[in-house]
Amino acid sequence: MNTETTLALEKQPLSPEAITSRVQANALENEAIYILREVAAQFERPVLLFSGGKDSITLVRLAQKAFYPARIPFPLLHIDTGHNFPETIAFRDELVNELGVELIVRNVQDSIDQGKVVEETGKYASRNTLQTTTLLDAIEEFKFDACIGGARRDEEKARAKERIFSVRDDFGQWDEKNQRPELFDMLNGNIEIGQNVRVFPISNWTELDVWSYIQKEGIDIPSIYFAHERETFLRDGLIWSAQDDIVFRAEDEEVESRWVRFRTVGDMSCTAAVESHADTIDKVVAEIRDSKISERGARIDDKRSEAAMEKRKQQGYF
Amino acid sequence: MEVLKIATAGSVDDGKSTLIGRLLYDTKSLTEDKLEAIRKSSEKKGYDYLDFSLATDGLVAEREQGITIDVAHIYFSTPTRSYIIADTPGHVEYTRNMVTGASTSQVAIILIDARKGVIEQTYRHFFINNLLRVKDVIVAVNKMDLVGYSEEIFNDIRENFELLNEKSTYGEQRLNYIPVSALKGDNVAARSENMPWYEGETLLEHLEKLEIADVSDKSKFRFPVQTVIRPKTEEFHDFRGYAGKIYGGDLKVGDEVTVLPSLKTSRIKEIFFFDQTFDKAGAGSSVTLTLEDEINITRGDMLVKTDELPRVEKEINAIVCWMDNKQLRPGTKYIVQHNTNSVLSKIDVIRNNIATDFSGVLEANNQLGLNEIGEVQIKLSKPIFYDDYTENRSNGAFILIDAHTNATAGVGFING
Repeated sequence: MNTETTLALEKQPLSPEAITSRVQANALENEAIYILREVAAQFERPVLLFSGGKDSITLVRLAQKAFYPARIPFPLLHIDTGHNFPETIAFRDELVNELGVELIVRNVQDSIDQGKVVEETGKYASRNTLQTTTLLDAIEEFKFDACIGGARRDEEKARAKERIFSVRDDFGQWDEKNQRPELFDMLNGNIEIGQNVRVFPISNWTELDVWSYIQKEGIDIPSIYFAHERETFLRDGLIWSAQDDIVFRAEDEEVESRWVRFRTVGDMSCTAAVESHADTIDKVVAEIRDSKISERGARIDDKRSEAAMEKRKQQGYF
Repeated sequence: MEVLKIATAGSVDDGKSTLIGRLLYDTKSLTEDKLEAIRKSSEKKGYDYLDFSLATDGLVAEREQGITIDVAHIYFSTPTRSYIIADTPGHVEYTRNMVTGASTSQVAIILIDARKGVIEQTYRHFFINNLLRVKDVIVAVNKMDLVGYSEEIFNDIRENFELLNEKSTYGEQRLNYIPVSALKGDNVAARSENMPWYEGETLLEHLEKLEIADVSDKSKFRFPVQTVIRPKTEEFHDFRGYAGKIYGGDLKVGDEVTVLPSLKTSRIKEIFFFDQTFDKAGAGSSVTLTLEDEINITRGDMLVKTDELPRVEKEINAIVCWMDNKQLRPGTKYIVQHNTNSVLSKIDVIRNNIATDFSGVLEANNQLGLNEIGEVQIKLSKPIFYDDYTENRSNGAFILIDAHTNATAGVGFING
């Protein structure tokens, strides 16, 4: 994005009273607010894809900042796999209530019942990829032309190529070889009927940037992000939730109680925990800073193959 | 924390991805699982070293062909600052990607293969960084291990590059030369023991100490209105705020401003950032402004300080870099997107084609093809409020959008 964003950081020393009265937003925050405002101005029916995870919670805070004192001018859409952590759902409802924004929920279970998708079976069964169908249906149902998501370029190699405004065709497909160039901070939101744009305002944030922002802003996040005791089992060197109704567990995979927290909150069947005693935001930030494993290293869905994410994205995944 | 945006450019085989991978590795930014994946991949290919290029080459097609085909963004940080690298490919046909990468960067790293020296590609990369006024250019002479870490070869390359620099029209550009071996790690983060003759900074040292420079430091306050905020709640019943990002200089409460295009004037009443008000705001801040007087303002309008009016014209001259397969021809219509303003335009004259290797102006053939650069005169259906690109990067650039395909077909740098 624009080179000028860094200039928000003051370089000259200021008198004490001047410091308190000068806007001191950081470059990434300014950029994200700018992008959210472009979405509101350029599109008819934008929506914010809300998963209840830390990235989408951060997006909600940024949207509040972008439009204050007006309300967030678009609804939130949650694609519910039915396998979410209950803590996330409770948190979602509370947040929506507090902000007074519209929440739309569409269920993967409905897509299964309608025969549009087939539940996966076996050891690694997950509803994660099934979400795509439910999402595309919701986009069509509400005629959304811009879907704001919390994806970040540092998460994964294929995402590193993603634009801020990423055009999807009628089938939600991403044509990675034919992307629009994005120059300076100019965002081209012109699309044809039937197309939609995926918008990623925190593209340039790293995992640590998000956590530091949550810390600095004092943003509430679901309790599963903090260390807690949980029934778990080990598979492929990862810690899985022992939630037998949702996550497949073989007989020889022994349940053990461990102190864990989650770094990413997806579908319960594809999100592994990390051992941790970090029970406050300060401790979590310190832990992330020293971490030697990437965030998506605990996402089982990405381990399927080296090109797993790219393939899912071409099919219309978030 | 400060963010430094870097664009890397280089030819297919000069080791750009390896250099970036090396920077990530040496700054301990590669996590264990990523490193493990690189180890496995390198072993599978039968290498006896770690193939760091695998850390950045993201797309399947790239892994198959072993080349980089699009702009990838890579992130790393040190205790000093955060870095964002826009890794752009160096093939001739991807000039548009290099321009894109340079447009969002404050620093460029141009890689040269020590065995090959300054080649046509180098000219092109340097030209684009000149054209886009990227203030800091680092010339990294790579693969020094393959030329016996020869001081003589490094000096020859530097001299050749300096000859090129004499043709530059951008005198304030800062050039630095560093001999490196990305593969072996010489002078990337660690000082090379193989090149005791080099007394300058390592690449990372240089990046850490670099003063983040920007032409906008000196430029004027420009505020393109993105959207008007009207809460219509009881508490903020008459609130009318103008949301946007500040380009150029500072703004403070009480400043007299002129609204374009209406030319109405007022004073800044409040500067909001979220739910707080401030006395001052600087370039880059995404703020909401209120004015003392009620004036009809919509998206696309611009607030400027009354004694610093920009140019307001319906006809502009610009250097255009063309990015579409369909050629640019006189008489065709495009949407000009300039800041938050979208205006229908007609291409009037294509004056010339500019060679990207500093050899000068080519014969005008009245069209611009993909990846070609030329001087173009454009007629607009409504005036835009602009500065020359050399004075304000953000307010002097625009994109051309094909009204039929919606593609971003080109970028222009206004020069009159």
